[in-house]
Amino acid sequence: MPAPATTETKPAPAAPPPIEKIKIKVDGREIEVPKLMPDWQGKPQPTTMLQACDLAGVEVPHYCYHPKLAVAGNCRMCLVEFGTPSMGPDRRPALNDDGTPKIAKSVLPYEPGTPRGAISCATPVSPGMEIYPSSPATKQMREAVLESLLVNHPLDCPICDQAGECKLQEYSVEHGQAQSHFVETKVHKPKAVDLGPRIMLDDERCILCTRCIRFTRDIAGDDALGIVNRGSFNTIAAWSEGGFDNNYTLNTVDLCPVGALTSKDFRFQMRVWFLKETKSVCASCATGCNIVVSSREERIYRFVPRENNAVNDCWMCDQGRLNHRWVGRADRLKDVLVRGQKSTWDVALGDIAGRLHRAAPGSVAIVASARLSNEELFLIKTLADRLGALTDSVPRDGAGDSLLVHGDKNPNSNGARIAGIAGAPMGSRLPQIAEGIASGVIRTLFVLGEDVTRHGISAELLARLETLIVSDILPSATTAAAHLLLPGCAHLEKHGSFTNAGGRVQKFMKAVEPPGDARAEWEFLSELISGKGAPGAAPTLEGVFAKMAAALPAYSKVTWGGLGETGATIALP
Amino acid sequence: MVVPRPTLKWYERLYLPALYAGLRVTLGHLFSWRKSGVYGDKTRDQQFKATLNYPEELWTVPPGYRGAPYLVSDSKGNTKCVSCQLCEFVCPPKAIRIVPPGLDGPPADRPPAEKMPAEFEIDMLRCIFCGYCEEVCPEEAIFLAKDYYAGYDPKLMRRDYALTATRRGDLVFNMRELLERGGTHADGHGKWEHKQREADDQQTFPLKG
Repeated sequence: MPAPATTETKPAPAAPPPIEKIKIKVDGREIEVPKLMPDWQGKPQPTTMLQACDLAGVEVPHYCYHPKLAVAGNCRMCLVEFGTPSMGPDRRPALNDDGTPKIAKSVLPYEPGTPRGAISCATPVSPGMEIYPSSPATKQMREAVLESLLVNHPLDCPICDQAGECKLQEYSVEHGQAQSHFVETKVHKPKAVDLGPRIMLDDERCILCTRCIRFTRDIAGDDALGIVNRGSFNTIAAWSEGGFDNNYTLNTVDLCPVGALTSKDFRFQMRVWFLKETKSVCASCATGCNIVVSSREERIYRFVPRENNAVNDCWMCDQGRLNHRWVGRADRLKDVLVRGQKSTWDVALGDIAGRLHRAAPGSVAIVASARLSNEELFLIKTLADRLGALTDSVPRDGAGDSLLVHGDKNPNSNGARIAGIAGAPMGSRLPQIAEGIASGVIRTLFVLGEDVTRHGISAELLARLETLIVSDILPSATTAAAHLLLPGCAHLEKHGSFTNAGGRVQKFMKAVEPPGDARAEWEFLSELISGKGAPGAAPTLEGVFAKMAAALPAYSKVTWGGLGETGATIALP
Repeated sequence: MVVPRPTLKWYERLYLPALYAGLRVTLGHLFSWRKSGVYGDKTRDQQFKATLNYPEELWTVPPGYRGAPYLVSDSKGNTKCVSCQLCEFVCPPKAIRIVPPGLDGPPADRPPAEKMPAEFEIDMLRCIFCGYCEEVCPEEAIFLAKDYYAGYDPKLMRRDYALTATRRGDLVFNMRELLERGGTHADGHGKWEHKQREADDQQTFPLKG
């Protein structure tokens, strides 16, 4: 798989030749499907029956097949009955009396009355083929396959974390039988096996679909998993005890169609049916993987990747996925503080507006984090322009990889650059601000979401300021020195958009309520700029976004609504 | 809006017929020697009584009585609940709160069950005694029961049908209280013990059975 995707269509060839279409029938309904369709790597391959059924809008149940993984064909759940046009002895298509082609259903060679299904995930379609995904024979095949998959299944749904999003449960309801013919003792396999630092394996629940093996071998590039032992004692195993440890292990938990692979982070934390799902974006690096935030009663339980073929396919890194506990930390900033005393937003914002109004041009500097949203950075730029303020963001570089992790650890560096907040390169104006404070030119500093004492503006310098306004989420040396402290929001507690490393503008939605008096930065910034309830103020985020799109040429072609769930790519200036 | 006041007849204005109509039921019981079905299981003495000296005397609830939901232990005193939270999900008034154990929570009483709630609360003021929790429980761990729990002191007030407290908080029962009131429930099949036994048997070769 290529590096962090930047364009809309990833591995597609420059000018694909027109793909031939073929006519087939699905459940008696004629449809046209392309002869070739992209496989898991995006390469054109003969269209499979499963893909054709998908195009026809008929769901074929499956476990081992995954559109982003190599086809293994081992679960047999996608078996379907099918038929192909038959040939006469004259090597010409045989016709029925009414002139329609005669279809020879696939049957067992030694038992012509018995239908012989084919796994739809690996069988290509051919012209004139008829697929019967809803026929009684197909139904019987599914029942039998499901029964055999459940032969050794422990049925411990009450204690299984997968319950509620388990394909075994779902298909058992849809295609299962109430009774099993199996009367023997179930084979017991190891439970709660420590596969790696973040993964727990329950071998009894495993149906050996090998999705995890294929993912970690083909996508993560770490051939750490395999199957050991024989027959009913087949188990998934890591190459050494606890050896399943790469930065993408938790994707196998998502891929696992049953509850065999479970996340230690989420183990026995909450049942999935309680979780509210909010579409968001991961803010741990500039890749901006699309995620679903699962929360219940204002507590975040997990991040799960959300499919976006332009950014992260179906995956995300473990680091980003587990970076959610800080949101609910007890020491979050909850109160508006004016000179250390608890105050209200109206008082503090009035105070700030007065101070900024009185400040001499050039005596104000703003350090705004590149973790803020596009809309907030735009509002800060508006404020900075009005004050003639010097602005910058803090660069945050780290190690990247070739799959998803980006070296830039700020989720919105490009947003800060486009808004004109960041210096070139980012952080280059921070020494200038420090000098300005030291020489007494800069008397007012507005810091949003950064601890500037760790980035060249020491606590001694901060003490020299006439006014230090700080908005942040967690306490730091900078918030301790603040004259006016405004509690802010994590991106999970507000709406907004980020522009990722590839210039994709993606929106995130509010998953949980901010703690205490904390407010979204864009809210108080627009109040600060326009005055509370002023006619020019944009009281909604959509309004701020529209203003931003009108003011910044880079965003001129996007609208809040047009971003959709997976965002839109803009040309980076 | 004016509500017209009915004009009463002279005999209605006496109020005696109304008084008689009201007292007729009570008087009927007073002068009746009919056996009361409600007290069928009481002593002969009480069979003919229409009233009780509550709360010194208490009504004996019938065998099928469905009282408040309580957690039960198995015959060995292990907590049967595995924290699947289906009762919490199905509870119409959201009276049940379960804190799952997480990775580092208390280990389950029965090791193969892996899981047991860290805390289990039922707010009896919210509970509507519908019995959905009992119906949905896959582990037979919660029952709408009479509380004749172990160590019950007959001199103290029975709580069979009188959930009383002087503070609201006292009627939010935690896991310990619920288990105490629920008592034991011998299910006979011992699902988790059976699983463990099967698994243990397969550790030896040749396999048994």
